[in-house]
Amino acid sequence: MNPEPPEPAEAAGPPERSEAARPAGPPAERGAPVGRRVFLGTLALGALGVVAAPPLQRGMEAFLGSAADKDPTGLTGLLPNGGGFRYYSVTSSVPHRNATNYRLTVDGLVDRPAGYTLADLRALPQTRMVRDVQCVTGWRVPGTPFEGVRLSTLLDAAGVRAEAGAVRFTCFDGAYSESLTLAQARRADVLVALRMQDKDLGHDHGGPVRLYVAPMYFYKSAKWLSGITVTEKVKPGYWEERGYDVDAWVGRSNGRDDEPTS
Amino acid sequence: MSLRAEAPPATARIPRFTPAERWVHRTTALLMGLCVVTAAVLYIPEFAQLVGRRELVVRVHEWAGLALPVPVLAGLASRAFRADLRHLNRFGPHDRRWLGAALRRDRSRRSRPAAKFNAGQKIYAAWIAGATLVMLGTGLLMWFTHLTPIMWRTSATFVHDWLALTVGVVLAGHIGMALGDPEARRGMRTGSVSREWAEREHRLWRP
Repeated sequence: MNPEPPEPAEAAGPPERSEAARPAGPPAERGAPVGRRVFLGTLALGALGVVAAPPLQRGMEAFLGSAADKDPTGLTGLLPNGGGFRYYSVTSSVPHRNATNYRLTVDGLVDRPAGYTLADLRALPQTRMVRDVQCVTGWRVPGTPFEGVRLSTLLDAAGVRAEAGAVRFTCFDGAYSESLTLAQARRADVLVALRMQDKDLGHDHGGPVRLYVAPMYFYKSAKWLSGITVTEKVKPGYWEERGYDVDAWVGRSNGRDDEPTS
Repeated sequence: MSLRAEAPPATARIPRFTPAERWVHRTTALLMGLCVVTAAVLYIPEFAQLVGRRELVVRVHEWAGLALPVPVLAGLASRAFRADLRHLNRFGPHDRRWLGAALRRDRSRRSRPAAKFNAGQKIYAAWIAGATLVMLGTGLLMWFTHLTPIMWRTSATFVHDWLALTVGVVLAGHIGMALGDPEARRGMRTGSVSREWAEREHRLWRP
C-alpha cells in the first residue's frame, strides 16, 4: 500500500509543529505582517485620494482633455473625465423619430395649443449658443454649440394663461420628464435645440429635438423632447423624484460647486 | 493510518480549501462580477445604449457593492478561513525571494519559493481587500449625497472612477492567471489539488 516511507510530518500535524520540526523550511505564519500593511496602505491611499482629488482632477482633466484632442482611437473617452458626452437613458430602448414622424406638442394652460413638425421648428428663428455642458455626475464638456428655437418663442406663440406657473416636458422615450418654473423657462438661454456641435442632433444625443437648459445641470436638458405642457406648479421630473434638485443651477445645487455654465 | 492506506501519497489529493472558503470565494466573485458588469453598463456608452434602464442598473450596482464585503466577514466564522488570512498576512524571506524573481521576470521554479500562497497572491489579496473598502467608502459618499459636505462627492467620484479602472485591470490579471492554471482552479472548485501541483507550485506549503 505504502511502499515508500512517508516523509515524517509531511502530511500530518498542524503547520506550526511541522515547521518547528524543520528549521530549514521557512515558516509560513511568521514574518512581517506585510499583508496588513498593504491593506491599510491601500485604505490610506484611498482616503488621501479623496482629500487630494480637486487638484489631481484638474491636472488629469487638463492632460486628458489635450490627449483626447489628438487621440484617433477614442480610447481616452473611456477614461474617467476623459472628455466628451456620455449616453444615459432611463429606458431599455428609445424609438427613433425623424422629419416624417416627429411631433412636438405644446398644451396645458395655453390659449392656442399647437403641434410642430421638425420643418415647422426649423422655420422659426434660430438661436446659437456656445457654453460648457456640466453633468451632475462630474463630467464637463467645454464650449459646446447648441442651436434651436428659444423656448420663450414657443410659449409666446401658444399664449400662456395668467394662472400658469411652470412648464413640464415629456419625452418620446416614454419615461423621462422634466420641469422648469415659468420664469426659468422664459430665459433667453433655454432652447428647444435642433442642432448640437453644429450638426443636426443625432438619436444618441436626444435627437431630433431636445431641451437645452444652459445654466443648469445637463439632466434638465431632456433628450427626445416630445411634449411641452404649461402647468400651475412645478412637478418633479424623473431624476428629481430620485433625489436630484429641481432648481438645478450649475454650481448652486446638488451639493456641487462647479463653475456656472451660463 | 487508514486514510493513508486507502490513498497512496503519489496520487492522493491534498485538501486546499474547505467548503466554507470556497463559498466565500464564489459569492465574492459573483458580487464583484455584478459590480463590474453594472459599472461597465453605467460607464461605457456603447453598453449603456445596449441596456438603458439606468435606474435599475444603478440600484443593482449599489446593492452588489454594499454586499461585497459580507462573504468575507461571514467567512471569519470559519477557522480554516482565518488560518488562510494569517497565511496571507505574513511575509517570510521566501516571499521576498519570490517578489525579487517576479520583478526580474525570472520564471524558474527554484527562484520562486512559495508556501500555501505565493507572494503575488498575498499582495493581491491585501490590495483587493483594501481597494474594495475604498470603493465601498467612496461609493457610499456618492450614494448618500445629502449626508456629506459639498465637494466630497466630486472627490469621491474621482477616486471611485480611477480605482474602478485599476481594480478592473488587476481583476483581469487575477482571472487571467487562474485561466492559465487549471489545477489552481480545480483547487478552488473542488477543494483539493494534486500532490504534484502542490510540490511544484507551493513547495514550502505543509498542508
